[in-house]
Amino acid sequence: MKKVIMGNHALSYGAMLSRSQVISAYPITPQTQVVELLSEMCADGTLDAQFIKVESEHSAMASCIGASVAGSRAFTATSSQGLALMHEMLHWAAGGRHPIVMGNINRSMAPGWSIWTDQNDSLSQRDTGWMQFYCASNQEVVDTVIQSFKVAEKLMIPAMVILDAFALSHTYEVVDVPDQALVDRYLPPFKPAIKLTPADPRAFGGLTGSEHYMELRYKLEKDMEKAPALIEETGREYEKLFGRNLGLVDPYLCDDAEFIFVTSGTAGYTARVAVDQLRASGLKAGNLRIKVFRPFPFDRVREVLAKTKKAAVVDRNCSYGAGGIFYQEVKSAVYGRPGMPPLFGYIAGLGGRDITVDSFKEVAADALAKDRADEEIVWIGVKK
Amino acid sequence: MRPKKAKKIVFKSAEEMPVMICSVGHQTHNLTGAWRNIRPEIDLGKCIKCGICWKFCPEPSIEVVDEWPVVDYDYCKGCGICAEECPAKCIVMVEERK
Amino acid sequence: MSQEVKKEKKFTMTLPADELMACGHLACQGCGATLAMRTMLKALGQKTVLCIPACCWAVIDGPYPYSSMDVPIYHCAFETAASTATGVKAGLTVTGDTETTVVAWAGDGGTFDIGIQALSGAAERNEDIIYVCYDNEAYMNTGIQRSSATPYGAWTTTTPVKHFKTRPKKDIVAIMAAHRIPYIATASISHPEDFFKKMKKAKDIKGTRFFHVYAPCPTGWKSRPEDTIKLARMAVQNGYFPLYEIENGEKTTLNLKLKDRKPVDDYLRLQGRFRHLGAAEIAEVQSEVDARWERLLKGCAA
Repeated sequence: MKKVIMGNHALSYGAMLSRSQVISAYPITPQTQVVELLSEMCADGTLDAQFIKVESEHSAMASCIGASVAGSRAFTATSSQGLALMHEMLHWAAGGRHPIVMGNINRSMAPGWSIWTDQNDSLSQRDTGWMQFYCASNQEVVDTVIQSFKVAEKLMIPAMVILDAFALSHTYEVVDVPDQALVDRYLPPFKPAIKLTPADPRAFGGLTGSEHYMELRYKLEKDMEKAPALIEETGREYEKLFGRNLGLVDPYLCDDAEFIFVTSGTAGYTARVAVDQLRASGLKAGNLRIKVFRPFPFDRVREVLAKTKKAAVVDRNCSYGAGGIFYQEVKSAVYGRPGMPPLFGYIAGLGGRDITVDSFKEVAADALAKDRADEEIVWIGVKK
Repeated sequence: MRPKKAKKIVFKSAEEMPVMICSVGHQTHNLTGAWRNIRPEIDLGKCIKCGICWKFCPEPSIEVVDEWPVVDYDYCKGCGICAEECPAKCIVMVEERK
Repeated sequence: MSQEVKKEKKFTMTLPADELMACGHLACQGCGATLAMRTMLKALGQKTVLCIPACCWAVIDGPYPYSSMDVPIYHCAFETAASTATGVKAGLTVTGDTETTVVAWAGDGGTFDIGIQALSGAAERNEDIIYVCYDNEAYMNTGIQRSSATPYGAWTTTTPVKHFKTRPKKDIVAIMAAHRIPYIATASISHPEDFFKKMKKAKDIKGTRFFHVYAPCPTGWKSRPEDTIKLARMAVQNGYFPLYEIENGEKTTLNLKLKDRKPVDDYLRLQGRFRHLGAAEIAEVQSEVDARWERLLKGCAA
């Protein structure tokens, strides 16, 4: 059924349609609407779930973990400072193999207080073992929440579904809200083989010596490595039921592109407009929007970039002392492989500063004027 | 029956380990009786069957067999609580034999 | 009593015989916390789930892949005993299990200090969990550092003799009473029947129930392992650790009236952690215990 909804509510619908059973969340701008709508859905019976109004994000994730290990499907949402506060528990959720799904609104890290968008909050968590899906439309948000529960529960690895603050979270778009009966066919109930129950009394997460820890982490990595294929497979299944494929990357006009932008989030859609305009003025441009960042989609990224002469990675984040994070990871994906184009790195849009079509044109002009990146990272739109 | 003397658990590969980080059995292969320097000896002739030694043993390594308290020396750590608390003073801590 | 009569006599068991703990666990000799767990589980039975944060009990039940317990345990992060238990209860409820008792089992560090936010949050929401704090008055698992449960005068590795702890012990029971939860009880391992009775009572109450259990630690208190029960008993008998219940944050019931409270000296003397205290400091301890006792009596009368 088609509805006009905001990005935050798309997360709520996704969680509701996925029949989340325990929702434990703490409010933070600009996530509040996610939990407010879920709260209403629980209150009026649309969603049969326990809603725990915890006193902090750290407790939100801890209680999601408790709920998950007790055998229920758990969901939460947060942003920025809240995500950072949960950091310890993000390691816990992934290491403990708890398939929780969380919506994260990409919001800049303080200080100074900023409620607007950039990606440092979620990217700072890239080593925790969570899958990360960066969305660029509200439709994608609803669909991805549903898909991520399926993938998470198959692999026993948690997933975060990520939206840009305000640019997506508060933007209203037409969304084809999936039919509950079809979602139930796609996503069966969560029935873990091992859970916290007196019928099968086990101790979870006890003291683990060096003779066991590494194998446990090896298992996590090996299961994470199954994720790209599983995401594509479940994406195709989704397309059969709902008409929309959900993959790892979203390439736009890359097949014959001489120059490709590598982007993520809503900037990935702005880039398409730039691509169209650049093509109109004679440059064969393309855009590779990376949707799934963890696990990193090495094969798909290499496949697309192999076709082009130059690529510019535009990061809405910065790992201080090492530059843009997508840039670093794309570089490592292509390193040493024959036929890969030279890469250029750009940082734009921190603290919610707009990334415009002109920003992309500036990026293209800069990259095309050089043979290789000399100044490693170029900052776009900054008064230097 | 109390669980006793299970085998030590050894995984031959990562595959054998459950996906969740969870226990797969008791730890009764760990014979904590080896920790002792002194051991309790109960004089059943003086025992009044009050139950105090049994209820205060932390392990618990005092079992009740045919209505008498019996120390399980495989696990008794020799803390001496039973001897200290016994109202009939019929438990004595003696040097552990090597 | 003749030998023949004694043979017929049954062995007195003031608590149920069933054990939910197997031997081979890693508790120190004479560990109070271990006895506290053993006694509690006799009251709650096998349909119990434990959420245990970092504390001695994170290690006692055994390393991966072992567990000495016949109830399920989730080992959780240090500050999350109450928040994990909250989630477990919600998860069990929504999947159809409303019978299993969910227990958060934490030490004094994970309760008084780092875990207090989650505990306060859970209590304010009146989560349907039993929170048990076994109090050995310091961070014992990490090697005897002070917590806000460490009493005035005690040596710990972070309150060495030249700088022994001068701040009083945090009154966690008063803090929990302020949350107006249905049931609070103190208990001591020296009085297991009292602990058992209160735990059985708590099992049938809905909402947040809080237990403060006194669990001496020979390792951290520098006391003899055989004195563990004696120390717990002395603490009860001199009024240092009174046994009482508070219902709905208001009605206080003293479980053990003490007509002649013993002085604290003998109790302090048995512990190496108080060895450095002079007469003036011991008098300070005594007056604090006396003042607390008087306040408690007033609270019962109200």
